Amino acid sequence: MISMKNVYKKYPNGIVAINGINIEINQGEFIYVVGPSGAGKSTFIKMVYREEFPTSGDIFVNGINFAKLKSKQVPYLRRQIGVVFQDFKLLPLLNVYENVAFALEVTEQSPKVIRKHVMEVLDLVGLKHKARMFPTEISGGEQQRVSIARSIVSTPKVMIADEPTGNLDPETAWDIMNLFEKINRRGTTIIMATHNKEIVNTIKHRVIAIEGGLVVRDELGGDYGYEA
Amino acid sequence: MKLRTVGRHFRESLKSLSRNGWMTFASASAVTVTLLLVGVFVMIMMNLNKVAEDLEKDVEIKVLVELTAEKTEISQLEQDIKSVNGVANIVYSTKDAELENLIKDFGENMGLSDQNNPLRAAFYVKAQVPQETKKVADQISRLENTHSVEYGEGKIEKLFSFLNGARNVGIVLIAALLFTAMFLISNTIRITILARKREVEIMKLVGATNWFIRFPFVLEGMWIGILGAILPITIITFLYYNLYKIIQPYLEGEFFNLLPLTPFLYQINGLILLMGVFIGIWGSFMSVRKFLRV
Ligand SMILES: Nc1ncnc2c1ncn2[C@@H]1O[C@H](COP(=O)(O)OP(=O)(O)OP(=O)(O)O)[C@@H](O)[C@H]1O
Ligand SMILES: [Mg+2]
Repeated sequence: MISMKNVYKKYPNGIVAINGINIEINQGEFIYVVGPSGAGKSTFIKMVYREEFPTSGDIFVNGINFAKLKSKQVPYLRRQIGVVFQDFKLLPLLNVYENVAFALEVTEQSPKVIRKHVMEVLDLVGLKHKARMFPTEISGGEQQRVSIARSIVSTPKVMIADEPTGNLDPETAWDIMNLFEKINRRGTTIIMATHNKEIVNTIKHRVIAIEGGLVVRDELGGDYGYEA
Repeated sequence: MKLRTVGRHFRESLKSLSRNGWMTFASASAVTVTLLLVGVFVMIMMNLNKVAEDLEKDVEIKVLVELTAEKTEISQLEQDIKSVNGVANIVYSTKDAELENLIKDFGENMGLSDQNNPLRAAFYVKAQVPQETKKVADQISRLENTHSVEYGEGKIEKLFSFLNGARNVGIVLIAALLFTAMFLISNTIRITILARKREVEIMKLVGATNWFIRFPFVLEGMWIGILGAILPITIITFLYYNLYKIIQPYLEGEFFNLLPLTPFLYQINGLILLMGVFIGIWGSFMSVRKFLRV
């Protein structure tokens, strides 16, 4: 469902972040993207939700050819992809419920449908009882769960996470991973860039290692492979 | 776009106005200052224009007829004047009528009577286009049996050129003011948006279309424009109302007047509100544009 062919990305400042990548990812897979700092993991991830556009090469997501995707259509693509970040990216002036509902409001759904979906995902991430609280009033782990709820509320086929546990203590990180597993079992493809050796080595999934903008390793159930 | 989405945008824009209290205040103040200046300017310009039009309408050529002219020659002259290019209308006034006018203006004690009337009969001629008065007068003066032609030479031309100049300067100044205001507003709104870059970023992330993102900001600009117009409208109304009450009595009976309170106050206040809304919307539109480019 996601495929990259000879993808190459050079930033305007001349840095070549991705130097010819070929990848096929199937529906329902769980993928760790690992590699040293500056290897190009975030750039790779950004290209999947078309935050960055490849300098050359082809990218297909859900059968959509990015090269042919007009910028006007990008919002509709984004609705098919959930994104989670290290820094949560919640809106501080909106409460938990509103932060999640936000992702559905932009799709102009009816308030009834929005309410139903939001309560469902808040239940899934275990935050139904904190729906009226504001981001500053809940813990980092809870904030990340809110952002995960937001990313899946529009039931995307794929979820992308760039170091989702990067800002969390180990125990909370495991909570988040359990949640990811739950989401993955529902059939959602997950692509997660991470530096967390323990997680990668414990919950085994396909590992794609990137170094210097190239895929240097791609194995099912692989290890993290770097010193943490 | 669905109706409830529009409703949402209205709510959002109002919320954001109060959330960004100080920025709202700053932007609205910029609008206020500009609209006040432009308002006062337009007020002066429109009245000058009115006075100019009144004066233009009043310009006429007085053609004095030779004393020796016979009745038939006078009616011949009338025909001749009528056939001059650009003449709008012509009124004949006998020497007796002229004397009566003079006595009406200056009183009986001048020792003049019907028996020793030194005045000449006259034609009062209006040009179709007031600015063409000089040309028409020149042509008439060349006709037979005209003694002389008066139309306030020089003075009239100077007045016209002054009014024209004032109008042009006014238009340029208003344009410059509006431009400055838009620049100011687009800058202040840019700062508001900068503060909400994160919000825009997240909106894009979850798949908001550009219009969905833009709409609340544009509405916010509109509110700022409306807020900014309140004070100028109040001040202009108060100012013009009082000016009119003070000045107009002196102009009673003159051939030029100020613009009457209604509809002028409605017109100028409507214009101020419209300009406020326009620069508000335009300003925010311009500043959001930059953030939506991906
Ligand atoms: N917007 C940008 N403009 C220019 N260069 C960039 C940009 N983003 C990233 N880079 C460069 O591209 C290279 C890859 O960066 P990237 O963020 O993809 O690395 P990463 O693998 O995610 O690193 P980390 O593990 O530290 O997050 C780096 O050399 C970086 O400096
Ligand atoms: Mg990164």
